Amino acid sequence: MPSTEELQQRIESAIPGARAQVEDLTGGGDHFRAEVVAERFAGLSRIEQHKLVYAVFGEEVGHEIHALSIATSTPDLNTTSEATR
Amino acid sequence: MTNEEIRAFIERAIAENEVMLFMKGTPTEPRCGFSARSASMLNTLSVQYAALDILPDPRIKQELVEVSGWPTTPQLFVKGELIGGCDIMTEMYESGELAQTLGVEMPADEQADLGQPDPTQGPISLENRLG
Repeated sequence: MPSTEELQQRIESAIPGARAQVEDLTGGGDHFRAEVVAERFAGLSRIEQHKLVYAVFGEEVGHEIHALSIATSTPDLNTTSEATR
Repeated sequence: MTNEEIRAFIERAIAENEVMLFMKGTPTEPRCGFSARSASMLNTLSVQYAALDILPDPRIKQELVEVSGWPTTPQLFVKGELIGGCDIMTEMYESGELAQTLGVEMPADEQADLGQPDPTQGPISLENRLG
């Protein structure tokens, strides 16, 4: 069962310069939320940004990682791509 | 039904339905919170859409992921193009971008309860054709 630290490290090592914050939404180790800030996202559509994050985990998403909720942004904007809840 | 037939069905569903939602369960009986929320957004915006339940056969999900390159459900397609899953839909809903993409007006009460599907906006269920 993956931990939030493991997910964070994998995102940060797979996407150069990325800073990730990962939260376990249920405490069950299978529903996560990742907020990722990376220069790499600049100029990409939201769907392309999210696909880059999903790509870090390949087939694990939908299996070991049942759900991965994603918010992406670039460092310039200093805001997430999603309204703060 | 072969995998190829399922894939062809999915591709046709995306091509033929201007607004196409792949989800777990149905809009009236969603089987996942993210799917429920996605269907509710479309209901609140009063758009006509088609919905396909991916649960009856695990191959539907497999083929859908192959077609879209997106690993999770729900998945929303508008005019043949993948818009995203629940996160992106929520973000776009809140900014008004989803209404714009769908060519509808944001309801006056935009904080409308997302939990209540509108039975008069009956989605086209495709699931039986896959049986």
